[in-house]
Amino acid sequence: MAGGPPNIIAFSAVSKSFDGGKTEAVNRIDLAIPEGQFLAVVGSSGSGKTTLLKMINRLVEPDAGEVCVGGEAVHGLPVADLRRRIGYVFQGIGLFPHLTVAENIGVVPSLIGWDKARITVRTRELLRLVDLPEDYATRFPDALSGGQRQRVGVARALAAGPKIMLMDEPFGALDPVTRDGLGTAYRTLHNELCLTTVMVTHDVQEAVLLADRIVVMHGGKLLADDAPAALLKGHPDEAVEALMSTPRRQAERVRALIDGPMSAASA
Amino acid sequence: MNPQIAAAFAVLPLYLAWHVLLSASALGLGLLIGLPVAVAAARSKTLRWPALTLASLVQTIPSLALLALFYPLLLALSAAIKPLVGFGLPALGFLPSLLALTLYSILPILRNGVTGLTGIDLSVIEAADGLGMTSSQKLFRVEAPLAAPVAMAGVRTAAVWTIGAATLSTPVGQTSLGDYIFSGLQTENWVFVLFGCGASAALAIVVDQLLGLIEIGAARRGMKRIGIGLAALLIGTAVAITPLAGALFGDDKAAYVVGAKNFSEQFILADLISDRLKAAGSVTDTKQGLGSAVAFRALAANDIDVYVDYSGTLWTNVLGHTDTPSRAAMLAALTTELKAKYGVTVLGSLGFENAYALTMKPDRAASLGLKTLEDLSGKAGGLTLGSDLEFLSRPEWTALKSAYGFQFKGMKSYTPTFMYRALSGGEADVISAFSSDGRIAADHLVVLSDTKGAIPSYDAVVLLAPKRANDARLSGVLRPLIGKLTVERMRQANLTVDQDVNKVSPEDAARALAADIR
Repeated sequence: MAGGPPNIIAFSAVSKSFDGGKTEAVNRIDLAIPEGQFLAVVGSSGSGKTTLLKMINRLVEPDAGEVCVGGEAVHGLPVADLRRRIGYVFQGIGLFPHLTVAENIGVVPSLIGWDKARITVRTRELLRLVDLPEDYATRFPDALSGGQRQRVGVARALAAGPKIMLMDEPFGALDPVTRDGLGTAYRTLHNELCLTTVMVTHDVQEAVLLADRIVVMHGGKLLADDAPAALLKGHPDEAVEALMSTPRRQAERVRALIDGPMSAASA
Repeated sequence: MNPQIAAAFAVLPLYLAWHVLLSASALGLGLLIGLPVAVAAARSKTLRWPALTLASLVQTIPSLALLALFYPLLLALSAAIKPLVGFGLPALGFLPSLLALTLYSILPILRNGVTGLTGIDLSVIEAADGLGMTSSQKLFRVEAPLAAPVAMAGVRTAAVWTIGAATLSTPVGQTSLGDYIFSGLQTENWVFVLFGCGASAALAIVVDQLLGLIEIGAARRGMKRIGIGLAALLIGTAVAITPLAGALFGDDKAAYVVGAKNFSEQFILADLISDRLKAAGSVTDTKQGLGSAVAFRALAANDIDVYVDYSGTLWTNVLGHTDTPSRAAMLAALTTELKAKYGVTVLGSLGFENAYALTMKPDRAASLGLKTLEDLSGKAGGLTLGSDLEFLSRPEWTALKSAYGFQFKGMKSYTPTFMYRALSGGEADVISAFSSDGRIAADHLVVLSDTKGAIPSYDAVVLLAPKRANDARLSGVLRPLIGKLTVERMRQANLTVDQDVNKVSPEDAARALAADIR
């Protein structure tokens, strides 16, 4: 890719099995993700997409192959340092219930030794960024709604200014309105902060609307890898086509519903 | 104030100090072992099952037995390491009590610790890992605070158990609030028994409430509550153990340790010996309420310096003889054999015997026409024997059975005090009384005579530990007691302690006895 941005994440022939080799959760995958890209990994449950994601920050270690971040093989990097410079957001959110919103957001900065004043300033900045009122800083997670909690989750992941964000079904447990709002807001952040995002989701519509590029996984393999618009136009693989046609058909039906009475009247 | 209550208050600082020191050390050690094991067990499933099972297993051992078991264990360990390191371990007193109570405190700490840690929401753990916390950062920043409320509940349970079970350290020679209970049970001083129970219960409640404050603080992140609770516990412990400061760090460490078994006569004799030593300018400490076998082993191991035992007991139980030589012959043989085998010095006989004597109420004996043990053997099938806790497992009982062929209708064991109660209440027809017991004369009990001479003689003899064999000062102070205590004098002294009205403390009885023989 001459002239394009360098690859910030790269998988080469990566495999992982959880049952001693009987089945491959991830099967000899090669994948390069250029800096600044928003990549969505879609597929049904058990397709290996979460495993693929977790190998980037070494929550899962590959059996074979190599994962590189910023040009360095991750298995050679101190695991805590690696994770501290990669944001991680997941469906369970995992806010620390005994810490306030501000303390949750300030966890990684405090791990890497920022002083208190700097953390306070940064926390305030992040609350604004994820669109939460400043007085939420002193609340505990159990006093927040689901959407607000995941906003804190995103703020916590962004706190130390990572270049890479890993998101595993980040908005999966939220209601559709909150989900759409949060997704759109995050995409804006991705652009503003020049992030590289890898988002795992089983919601193809979300992937189509947010991502620059979609890879479809099935049985540990990559079945498709293209821009959303290209994939929506149709794909030779049946499984991919079935997956990608869903949002298209839904959109067409919604359109028909909206247009229906008018076209009937005009007929 | 009631003189018994006043007497109880007088020794409270010392008893409480030891009790607090013992419980706090055991709990501290329990935390030091239990918490890391809980963390390891929470992280490793392979370790969890054996760790929890082992801790539960310890809990199934009755606490009194656990404390008692550490005595032979430490004795054996001490003998094993002595040639290697040049010194032995004290098998009596603080160390066995501490170890047993520590083991006892581990289960609730361990179990609640594991429950608290494994109960943490998995997504919180995933977040801690995903954000790049190291294992110890995860433990101290996330797992520990979240598991703290559940873990603290375990610490509270452990504290209450430990404080309660610490009263049982008295029989292994450790002073505690249990001294009130054990000596009170023996001398029927119910004020003491209640006082001991009340004091340990009060201590347990106070500690539990302070730990509860810390628990609430941990749950609500109230640093103030945690601080107040911790400060109160630390200051309370420090204040409670100040009476021991002199004993632990000063130069006036007890020069002589006087031992006593667990009945009134032994308490009186120990006080008599202590008083004489103190009058001669020595510092003394007493270890009271020791089990019969424990007392001799403790003396042989130099854990105590001096105590009074009985020739027949030593002859059969310690030396393992089955014959019953004459009183004089037994005393002579005992002196040589104890010296040769254990290095223990028999200073001499105090002058009275405390033999097992099968005894009945006079009206019952008269109506059945019983005067001797031979008479009894014919009627035994319709009678119930009441004995003290050890009589039926002692060689003397075997000797009596084979000499007279006793077949009682039933046999029941009691503590000595309750044995006499059982006789007067009719639950037992015959009891294994002690010939020097004041209650024989006071209740006009009939002693059935041992016409076949099956029971050996039981001269009360003063025994000195091996390291005191050449202590001229000690033998000099104690020798004037030899031959001075007639059985009548001893019965009188015993009676004043055991009787229900005008009861006196063993200390006062010892003083009266000393004045009597001067």
